[in-house]
Amino acid sequence: MTADRSGGTGRRLILAIETSCDETAAAIVANGTDVLSNVVSSQVDLHAVYGGVVPEVASRAHLDKLESVVAEAMTRADVTSPDLDGVAATCGPGLIGALLIGVSAAKAMALAWDVPYIGVNHMEGHLFATFLERPDIELPLVVLLVSGGHTLIVEVTEPGRYRYLGSTIDDAAGEAFDKVARYLGLGYPGGPIIDRLAAEGDRTVVRFPRAMMDDGLDFSFSGIKTAVVNYVRRHPDVANADIAAGFQDAVVDVLVTKTIRAARRVGAATVCLGGGVAANSQLRETFAAEARAAGLAHLVPDRAYCTDNAAMIAAAAHWRLVNDGPTGLDGGADPSLKLPTA
Amino acid sequence: MNRLRLATDGPEETRAVAAELATVLMDGDLLVLTGDLGAGKTCFAQGLGVGLGIEDRITSPTFTLANRYAGRLVLHHLDVYRLDTVGEAIDLGLPELLEEGVTVIEWGDRIDRVLPADHLLVTLRYPDLDPDVGHGSDPVAGPAENRRLIDIACPGAGCRSPVDGRDASRWSGRALDRLLARWMVTP
Repeated sequence: MTADRSGGTGRRLILAIETSCDETAAAIVANGTDVLSNVVSSQVDLHAVYGGVVPEVASRAHLDKLESVVAEAMTRADVTSPDLDGVAATCGPGLIGALLIGVSAAKAMALAWDVPYIGVNHMEGHLFATFLERPDIELPLVVLLVSGGHTLIVEVTEPGRYRYLGSTIDDAAGEAFDKVARYLGLGYPGGPIIDRLAAEGDRTVVRFPRAMMDDGLDFSFSGIKTAVVNYVRRHPDVANADIAAGFQDAVVDVLVTKTIRAARRVGAATVCLGGGVAANSQLRETFAAEARAAGLAHLVPDRAYCTDNAAMIAAAAHWRLVNDGPTGLDGGADPSLKLPTA
Repeated sequence: MNRLRLATDGPEETRAVAAELATVLMDGDLLVLTGDLGAGKTCFAQGLGVGLGIEDRITSPTFTLANRYAGRLVLHHLDVYRLDTVGEAIDLGLPELLEEGVTVIEWGDRIDRVLPADHLLVTLRYPDLDPDVGHGSDPVAGPAENRRLIDIACPGAGCRSPVDGRDASRWSGRALDRLLARWMVTP
């Protein structure tokens, strides 16, 4: 166990670093719930010219930005290294080169400052984003995690214990947003662009297929991408806004329907939303409305905690440190790390 | 075998073609998949997984870039759409991946300068639009729109070994034309 450095206040401070994809982020969180600082430096502009995240570009940008992002997080939280009780980093899943930048930096700081290092699963971080806003939330809880790389329905039976209820059999939902945006020539990243454009379109012009709608809790988003291509090939004059609206409507419909179904199936009283796609306006609205209609409590975290950030990593690290102790300094990074399931 | 042209009715048949092809795959084989968005590249890779006896779910590698699956042979499944330079492909550890099991690379034609010439090139295409089809009850996904044309070629075939003059292609002698005969159409 670690010595109490709180000076008698009982406050445990974790510095966390998140570099799994295209955001360089650092945060200081006290006791797993009290966010003292949450700094995110986006690389979106860097990657926009390529139409997607380029691994080498991402790694180099993380390396360039990490030191100043960490310094900024320390300054905003008004803490110095002797105040810290641990340094955490996302150790997977993600791009291996990008992960290693954060992991190596966190381990070096932990060694230099003589505090524990905690390696954190990125997806567990997204689950803990929920507890950042509502530490007293009732379990079991069903969470829809939806991002560029993942589409999962997870049951949280207790903190640190998870059960996969459903996942995508092909493309992640966020990937479908990016690919459809690219096909329509709208640019990158696809999520926010389609979100904005869909607001100007008519979702009833094209009703795209809802894949696997009546079939369990798994998802498939490959077919809708093909359906968009087929429709545009046949109807070259269709307005991009109407395609965006119809596409988004179909994706949101499937995501929300299956999450509510999952909650009913396991008897959860609360449903939550997490991951980058949880920033989508229509998903947020429909998720809240359908949960209310189903008599379920619901939590849609602030957009800043849905997209990649380090505060959620610090929250998960706090819990892991208390329950499992530190990660060894020989702990590496795993690009396809799985959630620890019950 | 220089080039085969196959036609499939949709995703299930595209998977079936790949599963059949996978039965003759060997350690060190490389397949390059090319074709537009939604043409069926990941679908083809899933079929290879079926044929290699892989039980894990094969999903799109677009986000993680390289996935590894264990079956009768290891399958490395890559997507290099987002890679900008050939140098980045080398950063993915391509030479090391190619030493183990079967490697399948979506959009691999973008980096063919660094790939061994002796690979199988699989091109998936949407059929030409038929103006009379697809305006029925389901304008979004009429059956004709699910059809795909699949060209399989080996750029390395016909290259002669400098030593004994024999056909050096690793794909020769595997009788892909007989294996895939039921889907073949005239190019």
